[in-house]
Amino acid sequence: MYTQMAKIRVFEDNANQLYLDAKMPGLTHMYSGEEAVAVGICEALKVTDKITSTHRGHGHCMAKGADFRQMFCELLGKVNGYCRGKGGSMHIADQTNGNLGANAIVGGSMGIATGSALRAKLQKSDDVTVCFFGDGATAQGLMYEVMNMAALWKLPVIYACENNGYSEYTSTDEIAAGEILERARAFGIEAFSVDGQDVIAVNRLASELVEKARKGKGPFFIELMTYRYHGHHVGDINRTYYRSKEEETEWKKNRDPIEILGTFLKTEGIANDDELRELYLKVRSEASEAVDYAINADYPDISEVDMHVFQEG
Amino acid sequence: MPEITLSQAVNQAIAEEMRRDETVFLIGEDVAEAGTPFKVTSGLVEEFSTDRIIDTPISEPGFMGLAVGAAMTGSRPIVDLMFGDFLFLVMDQLCNQAAKIHYMSGGKLNVPLVLRTNLGATRRSAAQHSQSLHALVAHIPGLKVAMPSSAYEAKGLLKTAIRDDNPVVIFEDKLMYQDKAFVPEEEYRLPFGKAAILREGTDVTLIGTSSMRQVCEKAALLLEQDGINAEVIDPRTLVPLDESTILDSVKRTSRAIVVDEGHQNFGTTAEIASRISEKAFYFLDAPVVRMGAMDVPIPFSPVLEDITVPTAEGVADKARKLVAGELIHAL
Ligand SMILES: Cc1ncc(C[n+]2csc(CCOP(=O)(O)OP(=O)(O)O)c2C)c(N)n1
Repeated sequence: MYTQMAKIRVFEDNANQLYLDAKMPGLTHMYSGEEAVAVGICEALKVTDKITSTHRGHGHCMAKGADFRQMFCELLGKVNGYCRGKGGSMHIADQTNGNLGANAIVGGSMGIATGSALRAKLQKSDDVTVCFFGDGATAQGLMYEVMNMAALWKLPVIYACENNGYSEYTSTDEIAAGEILERARAFGIEAFSVDGQDVIAVNRLASELVEKARKGKGPFFIELMTYRYHGHHVGDINRTYYRSKEEETEWKKNRDPIEILGTFLKTEGIANDDELRELYLKVRSEASEAVDYAINADYPDISEVDMHVFQEG
Repeated sequence: MPEITLSQAVNQAIAEEMRRDETVFLIGEDVAEAGTPFKVTSGLVEEFSTDRIIDTPISEPGFMGLAVGAAMTGSRPIVDLMFGDFLFLVMDQLCNQAAKIHYMSGGKLNVPLVLRTNLGATRRSAAQHSQSLHALVAHIPGLKVAMPSSAYEAKGLLKTAIRDDNPVVIFEDKLMYQDKAFVPEEEYRLPFGKAAILREGTDVTLIGTSSMRQVCEKAALLLEQDGINAEVIDPRTLVPLDESTILDSVKRTSRAIVVDEGHQNFGTTAEIASRISEKAFYFLDAPVVRMGAMDVPIPFSPVLEDITVPTAEGVADKARKLVAGELIHAL
């Protein structure tokens, strides 16, 4: 889990640099700070389990098994990317690992996740689908329509609300009335809150719920309290009007998910400083190798532009 | 006349109308302190407070519905829809409710609201943040549709929209927010249903909506070098459409190319081209040519995205062929 979290952090550091160096087209939303959420949950899943992701999706992709090269290629619009360069940062899908795709429409994947769970039930398949979304997405009506059906039909879906305290440039208390967990409970869905910076706690809860959901005891709802280190997107630099520097420093210094797990591993005698540092360095060099690969990779041939509008055959 | 950005023009139009009429309010995501991701509404909350510059949760169908209800009962809401692509979320409230209420009530109720949103590709934002969906809305009777092509039109058309007693959808080009144009200091409004002839010509009429107006103007400059004299028309509003300015022009030039950033299939270019073909048929020396966005979801990769939208070179090329009498419809 430590490696997986390090991979996400390093991926995002590189993505940020690619943006700053004007090597990456468009914008991107960084997952840094929220690593324990994706990793804690995805480590409880099998390859055959499914996830749906969001505009802030790199972490979900990596945690569900994506590889650096195809990720960076997609970010740069190269033909060797996960979507042949057609999707970019906000649309990475990786069906071999059960990732049904990131989504640039906030809340847009809630139907998809629930539909995947409906298919599992109809086809008597024991896979579980996890729907990742932000606190901001809880404002979308679609969520309540699909949670109602998921609860009525006991679908194997887990709604994972990544509450990072902000929806774009607005704090969550300004856009969410009442308690988010209570909304799920109103449908009779069991709902839990967990510290999203503590990967072990996340993983423990997720493992328990995934196994229950597999046995037809779903759906479930988890609210994971977390924080995004960067702006809403790269380029959201001046953000003191919506959150303070002190708050950012506090999370980075005292609530960092990678540090928290690192400390745990050290106190338990599972790993020492050197081993952790080495591990991190290894991830870093893998990432920079993949960045080079992606920079030198080809763009799609322009004949691909009207390919994939329809499935052929 | 000062030169201001399209973003400032929109901001001024909203501020002026809010000062004039206290029933006007603005509602949408991150419109207050943040001033939208494009910083179009920055500063408004300081003057009008959060009572009239209202930040919403990410509930597009919800706040669109609120706007319809408020408009029916005495307010004049301006809805800020962050990306044109989110129109799909608000379609029921906009098309089944707002568009039809005046008609269904036999003229008893009306819905004076403005939905401000945007269009335009090549921002590397991929398929769900790059669409130009105005044709979809223009298809629905009861909705007016405005397509400002610069800061000047953006201000003048938005002010007209806010005073209109019907639902109006106005599409700004998100890539043009920082583009400057001369805008009068004194109060002005641009009428709906009145196209602008931006350049007179004799050989071919280029009709361009929104930023495609600039594409047509650039094409006209290229054509000038070849001794071809192109007329450029900006319809400014699709509903109502100024048919007579377009038809008069085509009757003079005998050739037309319609350029628009929406998908070409079943789109704006088809509508305008067919009106020309129906109503100016005997004046035409060549089939009317349509140039829309390619009929594919907008791809992310720059090399692919750039070829999906019409360019000045592409328009000039088609125009040369038309004037040369090539069998362009066979291409
Ligand atoms: C339907 C829709 N509305 C608005 C947006 C613009 N937008 C993108 S991300 C975002 C905030 C999402 O907040 P949250 O769900 O909490 O996720 P976070 O960014 O905090 O991870 C908004 C408003 C969008 N992409 N889709």
